[in-house]
Amino acid sequence: MAPINFVRNEMLAPSAPPVREAGAVKWLRENLFSGVFNTILTLVGIYVIYSIIVAALPWWLNSVWNAGSLSECREIVAAQAGEGATGACWAMIRERWHQFIFGFYPSELYWRPVLAFGLLVAALAPVLFGGQKRNLTMILAVVAAFLLVTLWMAGAPLVVFVLSMAVVLGMIAVAQAGSGKLLWFTALYPALCFWLLWGGSIWLPVVAMLGFVVLGVAYLALVGRTSPMTAAGVGVVLALAWWFILDKPLTEALFAALPWGIEAVASDQFGGFLLAITIGVTAIGFSLPIGILLALGRQSDMLIVKTLCVGFIEFIRGVPLITLLFTASLLLQYFLPPGTNFDIILRVIILVTLFAAAYLAEVIRGGLAALPSGQYEAADALGLDYWRAQRLIILPQALKISIPSIVSTFIGLFKDTTLVAFVGLMDPLKGVTQIVRADINWKGIYWEPYIFVGAIFFVICFGMSRYSMHLERKLKTDHR
Amino acid sequence: MAVASDVPKDSFRLSMLIYDTRYRSITIQVFVLILFALFVAWLLNNTAENLATRGKEFNFGFLWQRAGYDIGQQLIPYTNDSNHFRALLVGLVNTLVVAIIGCVLATVIGVVVGVLRLSNNWLIGRLMTVYVEMFRNVPLLLWILLSYVILSETTPQPRDFRITDEMAAAGEAPAASMILWDTVAVTNRGTNIPSPLFDRGLGSLDLGFLSVNLTALAYILVIGGSIWVNSRIIAAARARQEATGDRPVTWWKTLAVLFGPVIALSVGLGLHMEVPALTGFNFQGGILVAHSFTALVIALALYTAAFIAEIVRAGILAISRGQSEAAFALGLRPGRTMNLIILPQALRVIIPPLISQYLNLTKNTSLGIAVSYLDLRGTLGGITLNQTGRELECMLLMMLIYLTISLIISAVMNFYNSSVQIKAR
Repeated sequence: MAPINFVRNEMLAPSAPPVREAGAVKWLRENLFSGVFNTILTLVGIYVIYSIIVAALPWWLNSVWNAGSLSECREIVAAQAGEGATGACWAMIRERWHQFIFGFYPSELYWRPVLAFGLLVAALAPVLFGGQKRNLTMILAVVAAFLLVTLWMAGAPLVVFVLSMAVVLGMIAVAQAGSGKLLWFTALYPALCFWLLWGGSIWLPVVAMLGFVVLGVAYLALVGRTSPMTAAGVGVVLALAWWFILDKPLTEALFAALPWGIEAVASDQFGGFLLAITIGVTAIGFSLPIGILLALGRQSDMLIVKTLCVGFIEFIRGVPLITLLFTASLLLQYFLPPGTNFDIILRVIILVTLFAAAYLAEVIRGGLAALPSGQYEAADALGLDYWRAQRLIILPQALKISIPSIVSTFIGLFKDTTLVAFVGLMDPLKGVTQIVRADINWKGIYWEPYIFVGAIFFVICFGMSRYSMHLERKLKTDHR
Repeated sequence: MAVASDVPKDSFRLSMLIYDTRYRSITIQVFVLILFALFVAWLLNNTAENLATRGKEFNFGFLWQRAGYDIGQQLIPYTNDSNHFRALLVGLVNTLVVAIIGCVLATVIGVVVGVLRLSNNWLIGRLMTVYVEMFRNVPLLLWILLSYVILSETTPQPRDFRITDEMAAAGEAPAASMILWDTVAVTNRGTNIPSPLFDRGLGSLDLGFLSVNLTALAYILVIGGSIWVNSRIIAAARARQEATGDRPVTWWKTLAVLFGPVIALSVGLGLHMEVPALTGFNFQGGILVAHSFTALVIALALYTAAFIAEIVRAGILAISRGQSEAAFALGLRPGRTMNLIILPQALRVIIPPLISQYLNLTKNTSLGIAVSYLDLRGTLGGITLNQTGRELECMLLMMLIYLTISLIISAVMNFYNSSVQIKAR
């Protein structure tokens, strides 16, 4: 056996990787300078960021928060940072923020929209986070804190303060027991919100909501005896009769007997984000069910129903929203019986709802078409009738598939609420900003109002898109 | 089992209209149809009554009356003596111009941004994400108003461009200067760009109410002819490749065919550019592009591009990695892999949503009203409507025109879409 000259009997420590292949250098090489083209791109990117910072940073740093006019702002900036320096004039926002948020809503009644907004979040929470007790409690607690602070700042009467706290704290208590019952508050919320925002007689929303009670009672009384569809049809007819015939005299009689109400606010005093959120949320709420019905109609086998739905959807999608809004403001007076004249905000809400419903119908139709036909066949094989099959098998899956597109339609709808400026309503973007820019003190200001309004829109829309991603992940049940 | 024979065939009872699934759909449809007919009759009746009480009638005769207002941007001849129909046409052309330029710009920017967002470059990817999210989550109206305000309030006045003798003597530069080799001047009144002029233009041919610009027609014919000849050359090359296996070199033929005739025509007609120049208090010569147009195009293009970028990104991500790996395994080079494998499949995913973005952009041109851009909405639905007081006719006509444009765009794009979809055999 040959002698063994050399055997290493301990392990060598691994040598450090080359500098170019580790740490920050490696990251830079791979992500920023991996080739000639990438290097050029990176340099261009750095240059863009640099020029934005050079242009914008002094402007931000020299911000002025206390001034009475744009010229005063400029004097302060010149005094602080020297002649020729630029600076943001946020003093304008400080002076006018309430118009951006509330329009011309009476300032002593600001607590009403604030309360409506707080309760809106509370009403949405059970829908958005149903079944997640921790999230629900947290959101309701945030609402309570928000109302505590804002109602105090808005100078709400003590009784409102106590009542609203009681409502929210009660909801937290109910949420601990089981969140299903909270949906009753969500169902009542539209009437409450309407009453808080527009004020007036309390009987108007109460009697209107009773119409739904009529519908429900009629349905429950008949559903055992006839088919569900007939029962629902009779219920709807009775409810319509209630709204069109009984509603008005009953409201007036009740108000004459018990004149309970709060100060009424006219529609032309609404403006800013109050208007945008009112229109946006109402239209979102109503357009989803209408959109689902339209989508089902378009997918249906019944030729006439299908043709009508297709015609409606394609017409609405083929014309710009502006023309529909003008229809609301100019043409509705031709199409309705002579002498009818109802509120412009309501008219706009109806048209925006129909507009969004047509887009939603197409989105949901995509979801319906994406389901494999086996799902439909399986539902038929189980002996489910049409509505049960849709409710239990088809729609849950179809809606889940279309969540991202539904939410982007909602985002588009919310952004489109700014277009109501063209029919004379005061949206935050064109309406209020125009008024501010027409003021002799703030003439020539442009970056600040647009950044302010844009930032609020961004936060809301970006939040919506993030929520849709969360929902998508939560509902993802396939195993890929 | 006597299932089939249980069905009573000839005994029809009235209740079967509701309870028998064979007849129920007919019942429902008849019911819906009656409701719909009643609704339409109600609307028509109301409209007739309302028109009668207002003392108005429904006809389109007002379209042939004198319009009496001026339109800033007119690509077809128009004076304030022309009739309302002519104003409508001018507005329609303005709408279409914004829509076409906007679609082209948005597609170019959108595709570049979408691809860059997928690049390995960390910095560029983040920058593009910021751009996309910023534009997608803020209303289009803000971008239109902001770009208009910036263009009209931060740009210099025409007199800032002037060099006085003292300044020239002292060697001072004027407060503002023209850009792009002294050919384009951006002032607070608009953007002055050079205009093409022809020494030996062909004039125009008057066909009643339509006058055809023969010079433009000549260009269209020559360019169309060049493209046709070029496609023949490519087809011949492909046939040769199919037959013999080697591909003839065609790029120089393509260049010559595409550019030669146009250059020859331009020289023949004496094409030269008239550059705007400061005379007195304003720029003379060239074309003045209003800021309302520029702002509208910029805002529409940037806004829609953010959406298109997302569509392109999703389309490319939808193609599985195995596809490009398989192409490489077959020995295809990266360029041909893109052209032959990735792009044809990605286009299938990209085109349907792209169509709806084009439609959205076209419909959004109606927001030009915010910056007083006189498009269809501004002429027919704005000034004409206010002057004649014919709300019903103007709005219906306008909706009809927008609807027609939308349907044409979606028909054309759907035709293109069906040509790139999988051919099922």
